Amino acid sequence: MDHKEIAKLITLLENEPDRARDILKKLPKRICPVIGFTGSPGVGKSTLIDQVIARLRSAGKTVAVVAVDPSSPFSQGAFLGDRVRMKKHFLDEGVFIRSMASRGALGGLNESIYDVVELLEAVGFDYVLIETVGVGQAEVEVRYVADVVALVLSPGFGDEMQLLKAGVMEIADIYVVNKSDLEGNDSLYDQLIGFLTFAGRDALNVVKTSALNGSGIEELVDRIITLWKNFAETEKLKQLRKERLRHHTETLARRTLQKYLSAVDSEDPYEGVELALKFMCERLKYGQGGGT
Amino acid sequence: MKKYRILIAKPGLDGHDRGAKVVAHALRDAGFEVIYTGLRQTPEQIVKTAIQEDVDLIGLSILSGAHLQLSKKVIELMKKEGIANIPVFVGGIIPPDDVPRLLEIGVTRVFGPGTPLSKIVQEVREVLEGVTSTSGS
Repeated sequence: MDHKEIAKLITLLENEPDRARDILKKLPKRICPVIGFTGSPGVGKSTLIDQVIARLRSAGKTVAVVAVDPSSPFSQGAFLGDRVRMKKHFLDEGVFIRSMASRGALGGLNESIYDVVELLEAVGFDYVLIETVGVGQAEVEVRYVADVVALVLSPGFGDEMQLLKAGVMEIADIYVVNKSDLEGNDSLYDQLIGFLTFAGRDALNVVKTSALNGSGIEELVDRIITLWKNFAETEKLKQLRKERLRHHTETLARRTLQKYLSAVDSEDPYEGVELALKFMCERLKYGQGGGT
Repeated sequence: MKKYRILIAKPGLDGHDRGAKVVAHALRDAGFEVIYTGLRQTPEQIVKTAIQEDVDLIGLSILSGAHLQLSKKVIELMKKEGIANIPVFVGGIIPPDDVPRLLEIGVTRVFGPGTPLSKIVQEVREVLEGVTSTSGS
């Protein structure tokens, strides 16, 4: 499938999720490493991904990137600027980059991400990289979509109090201390190692990088690949994919129910849900609501 | 639900993208999803981006004086890639005498200095609504 066809299908998955089932059914089921990059705005996620793409390409691997930026809660418009950092790959036929707006999803991604990743795996890319919106502390959905999650941090992140907080800090398989060319990087790196050690977690998966000058990228990519291979050799990958399926199902269920909820007019929220479910069951019984 | 995607691109060598950013911002506030390429893009890079991002409209911001050559090249490549149905808007320092030539090349709208943002947004809407009624997606 060429880039144009893939791009058109992504648009369909995003705009007409009801058709996702038919589109994906026609494609073979295929798995490849799906790697998530998350972290606060401005820590260098896009620039880091740019370097990771270069590294994977030099090993002859093809790469698809989905980069999500936020939609406006007021206009629903969006400014999608992640690919600006990935310019040197625009003409490479082995690289496909797609910007995506979050469209109201709160987890740092976009509701159609599950379908889009399935599509990108099916059409044969060797790696799928996902960049979340710049997140704060609680946007953890990437954990359910990606097999390996890299949390990107940079100096100025805060002190150890931030490392102790629940949420985003907990979901990472790999911690990337980016901007190692800047001052303050060593102290963040040391704090992180110290924190992971006393938390009883694997302090090995902390990597110091500079997306600017490329240092540490080779090590980062090696760690990612090793980790994924480990997952694939054990039961871990199966578990992760099962979890992804469950969250995909939940997203579909929510969307389906929402459709019926919007048709319900009730003063009582509990009754509203009951009415929506009843309405949905009736429709399904007559075979009109089969999709989502 | 259909959401329109617009590519704002800076072809050529001029390094001034304030105008492109102001227009991108206005389109964002008008509810469009705007993809920005960044500075100094070749026509090839712009067309590849338009394909991967499956955009509904391309806006070229050109302040270098090379608008005729650059627009022509972009549109030629779009034809080659089979995406010539996507409307192309050009904005920037465009001498009025060049406007008919740009339209002849295949540019849909040309906006010179001082064009109100509201006019750009309105014409984007008009053109996009026209486009969807013929192509369907």
